[in-house]
Amino acid sequence: MAITRSGAHTVELLDKLPREEHLEMYRMMVLIRRFEEMAGKKYMEAVIGGFCHLYIGQEAVCVGIQSVLRPDDYAMGTYREHGQALAAGMDARAIMAELFGKATGVSKGKGGSMHLFDKSRNFMGGDAIVGGHLPIAAGVGLSIKYRAADQVCVCYFGDGAVNEGAFHEALNISGLWKLPVIYVCENNLYGMGTQVTRASAVPDLSRRVSGYGIESAHVDGMDLLAVRNLAEVAVRECRNGNGPYFIEAKTYRYRGHSMADPATYRSKDEVEEWRVRDPINLFERQLLDKGLMKDADVQRISSEVDQLVDECVQFAEESPAPSPDALYEYVYASEEI
Amino acid sequence: MPTMSIKQALNEALREEMRADPDVFIMGEEVAEYQGAYKVTEGLLAEFGSKRVIDTPISEEVIVGAGVGAAMAGLKPVVEMMTINFALLALDQIVNHAAKYYYMSGGQYNIPLVVRAASGVGLQLGAQHSQNFESWFVHVPGLKVVLPATSRDAKGLLKSAIRDPDPVIFLEHELIYLNKSEVPDGDFTVPLGVADVKREGTDVTIITYSRMVLFALKAAERLAKEGISVEVIDLRTLRPLDTRTVIDSVKKTHRAVVAEEDWPMCGMGAELIAQIQQEAFDYLDAPVERVSGVDVPMPYAKNLEKMAVPGEEELYSAVKRVMQGV
Ligand SMILES: Cc1ncc(C[n+]2csc(CCOP(=O)(O)OP(=O)(O)O)c2C)c(N)n1
Ligand SMILES: [Mg+2]
Repeated sequence: MAITRSGAHTVELLDKLPREEHLEMYRMMVLIRRFEEMAGKKYMEAVIGGFCHLYIGQEAVCVGIQSVLRPDDYAMGTYREHGQALAAGMDARAIMAELFGKATGVSKGKGGSMHLFDKSRNFMGGDAIVGGHLPIAAGVGLSIKYRAADQVCVCYFGDGAVNEGAFHEALNISGLWKLPVIYVCENNLYGMGTQVTRASAVPDLSRRVSGYGIESAHVDGMDLLAVRNLAEVAVRECRNGNGPYFIEAKTYRYRGHSMADPATYRSKDEVEEWRVRDPINLFERQLLDKGLMKDADVQRISSEVDQLVDECVQFAEESPAPSPDALYEYVYASEEI
Repeated sequence: MPTMSIKQALNEALREEMRADPDVFIMGEEVAEYQGAYKVTEGLLAEFGSKRVIDTPISEEVIVGAGVGAAMAGLKPVVEMMTINFALLALDQIVNHAAKYYYMSGGQYNIPLVVRAASGVGLQLGAQHSQNFESWFVHVPGLKVVLPATSRDAKGLLKSAIRDPDPVIFLEHELIYLNKSEVPDGDFTVPLGVADVKREGTDVTIITYSRMVLFALKAAERLAKEGISVEVIDLRTLRPLDTRTVIDSVKKTHRAVVAEEDWPMCGMGAELIAQIQQEAFDYLDAPVERVSGVDVPMPYAKNLEKMAVPGEEELYSAVKRVMQGV
């Protein structure tokens, strides 16, 4: 059932969408890129601790998907979720504060880089067990069906997760119960240092769900409009009760697995090949060529985003660390209620 | 007061909570059409329909995980693990997800989930079907762990667990499902985290839970005839632990026996002894005695199995040991 969305649809979308929406998606991709660059910098300065997994290179995937969601839809991601959290509309300053481990962070400094949550945006984390949140996404889908609502739940994960048992249990039950969950596999070719071909018996990951009665498709994850186009189909199908939907977005992370990884397992040439198709450059060119954006817009967005990222850092720096009392806070809800 | 089995008491708790709250639903292997491997969910499908009484495939990780997700999205799932032995396949969901989200989301996502499971030793079920894992779950901050020993407690505690905003592991000893005892009429609950003095005494305290409570009461009966007055504390909830009741009793009797059917290593007994020596050392007239299952995988042969499982006899001798010289 694999469908490949082609460039033709992309061009249609370029004409169809209002200019402001294009600019907003472009701005979001630039924000994610600059935010991540800053996070990497602050990690090197040892201001951010723990594990820090950057999303650079994959921006088109979450921006394309989130752009077709409603505010009442749900999303959850992995430990590589800064981009998804930003694209879900979460406050960039509070995300940075979370990375800094501050009380003003989205998770009050209790989560860190890998555990960003925002209930007001239905962003459910930030889960750092590979494959572990897929069963949870199925449960969110079940709750939507239980309430006979027409929301969807988007669940982002990597190519490594398809080899976990949790993946298969979750996809089977989602297919069996027709749950409105969009499973978005961001295939960036590597799970840490292991290439997909060394981990998956069938490297064509959209085929890994062929046994579960689930509509699946793959898409060029460097092409924002192609992703958005497929996301629209997936969301429509799920809202109409024809879920779940599996999307394999073929993409690439430019940086190592985490800040601690120099990525010696792949060649510089390979990285360069992917950079040529950089998702931000690609979309920028499309918009400029179509006259939907001018060089002045590019400049303006660039400096606005830089300013916002600087504000994020300033906010995070100036925010207080959690108070010592916070250590025991939020272990049990029964103690707070 | 009507008398009913623990199984029936649990069934009533589920039924009443489902009637009272449309967000409560139950899901698990064989819970609907088969009516439960131990028939705890008997009749629920007929009353509430397949939307709220949901049969699942044999997929423990997604059963618990879907419960976590549904709870995050506002429902109050009760998921059944056919037995606790199979919950090990869902351990990641219980420990890494259900127990963590409230804390690591900074208080945004609490998980009102109940994981019910038949637990404890069986009869000649062998090494993989005859085990206790409460000490594993008790170890984890964020979880609550409940083990009823009577019908009244089973009903009242399950109702509290369903209404509780946190994840609760609810362990039902499979050998006492059919035990009958009194249950009050009407809507009542038994609070989590509160131990119950099942028998008052003055010479020695037995601190235990689940099926061992019944053996403790029998041993106490027998010891009473020998002039030894035994107090029996049924912990009922292992986390949060009602340390107060335990310590107050030990300060009164000056002697304690801790007992569990579980293995001894890092078990509940070890924790109780640590707390007693910390908070009541000066009150003790004898070293605390520990009764537990034997430290081996459960054998199949009847005679060996009998040796591996603690009961009235072991409790009786432990009390005699702490009373030595009196
Ligand atoms: C269950 C589990 N096993 C191992 C790990 C350690 N680990 C963290 S990320 C990762 C690689 C995952 O790769 P992939 O799913 O492709 O996602 P990506 O990092 O590429 O986004 C591994 C092995 C983990 N967090 N959880
Ligand atoms: Mg990967």
